[in-house]
Amino acid sequence: MKEYRVKVEVKLKPVVLDPQGKTVLNALHNLGYDQVSDTRIGKLIELKLTNSNEENVIEQVKEMCSKLLANPVIEDFSIKVE
Amino acid sequence: MFNFGIILFPGSNCDHDCYHAISNVFKQSCEYIWHENKGLDRFDCIVIPGGFSYGDYLRTGAVARFSPIMREVENFASSGKPVIGICNGFQILVETGLLPGAFIKNSTTKFICKWVNIRVENNSSPFTNLLNVGDVLRIPIAHAEGNYFATEDVISKLKDNSLIAFKYCDEEGIVSNSSNPNGSCENIAGLMNSEGNILGMMPHPERCSEEILGGTDGKSIFESIISWLKNSTGSKQIKTGRF
Repeated sequence: MKEYRVKVEVKLKPVVLDPQGKTVLNALHNLGYDQVSDTRIGKLIELKLTNSNEENVIEQVKEMCSKLLANPVIEDFSIKVE
Repeated sequence: MFNFGIILFPGSNCDHDCYHAISNVFKQSCEYIWHENKGLDRFDCIVIPGGFSYGDYLRTGAVARFSPIMREVENFASSGKPVIGICNGFQILVETGLLPGAFIKNSTTKFICKWVNIRVENNSSPFTNLLNVGDVLRIPIAHAEGNYFATEDVISKLKDNSLIAFKYCDEEGIVSNSSNPNGSCENIAGLMNSEGNILGMMPHPERCSEEILGGTDGKSIFESIISWLKNSTGSKQIKTGRF
């Protein structure tokens, strides 16, 4: 068994409006950063776990994402193993 | 007298309001059920109250859905008995998948605590049978994540099957963007499952069931449940021929 560090990025699907992102975008514009045309806010979840190989890690974390870490109705996720 | 069960999660905070309304205003029997407990057979109706179950960590209702009691609630609902989720209770029902869609932050990004108007869209459910379609209820909301989202397919299914129970509207009952406090799709304030025995609603009927609280429009929802229970018990008795 090996120890892995995994980063899960959870983002709202593009079709879902992000009120938080919009507010931050407005704030950035108020600061004069007119170059910014869009802001979307997501979550970063870091996991530390043990498993036999990377393939299994990804498999397992995918399962965690669809069960709990992300809501498939409104969110997409991506997994990075380190 | 009917037996209402109120589910308690760590972080629920509208449980006392519900208990007070059900037992003191509507004179029904009422019990709290801790989320780790089992056995809901003795109840006629289950209430999932508002609050901040598990501190709203990760997503509202996301952790509560894995509490052992939610499987019991699922079984309870599959027997056809009524389940009502109010505010965080609605969010939990949606995370559990007992109701479709999801909640995101209010379009204003603020926590909204105020009186709103909702229009009755369906009056053939256990929760609305004493109301008329088009009735306007004045009722309080208090939430930060009440912005209901669902895909177009889900929305059209809700519409085609009259599963939308309440929509945010103005005092005249007109549903528009300006009467939508939180950005919800289709101004949805409450909806039901396809069997019609699970209702989720963001506004708080338990907070407006007495004059002293500033309004009594919430009464009709509890009274509808009680009236439906009376009638359904009657029909069951006839069906099974026990009486």
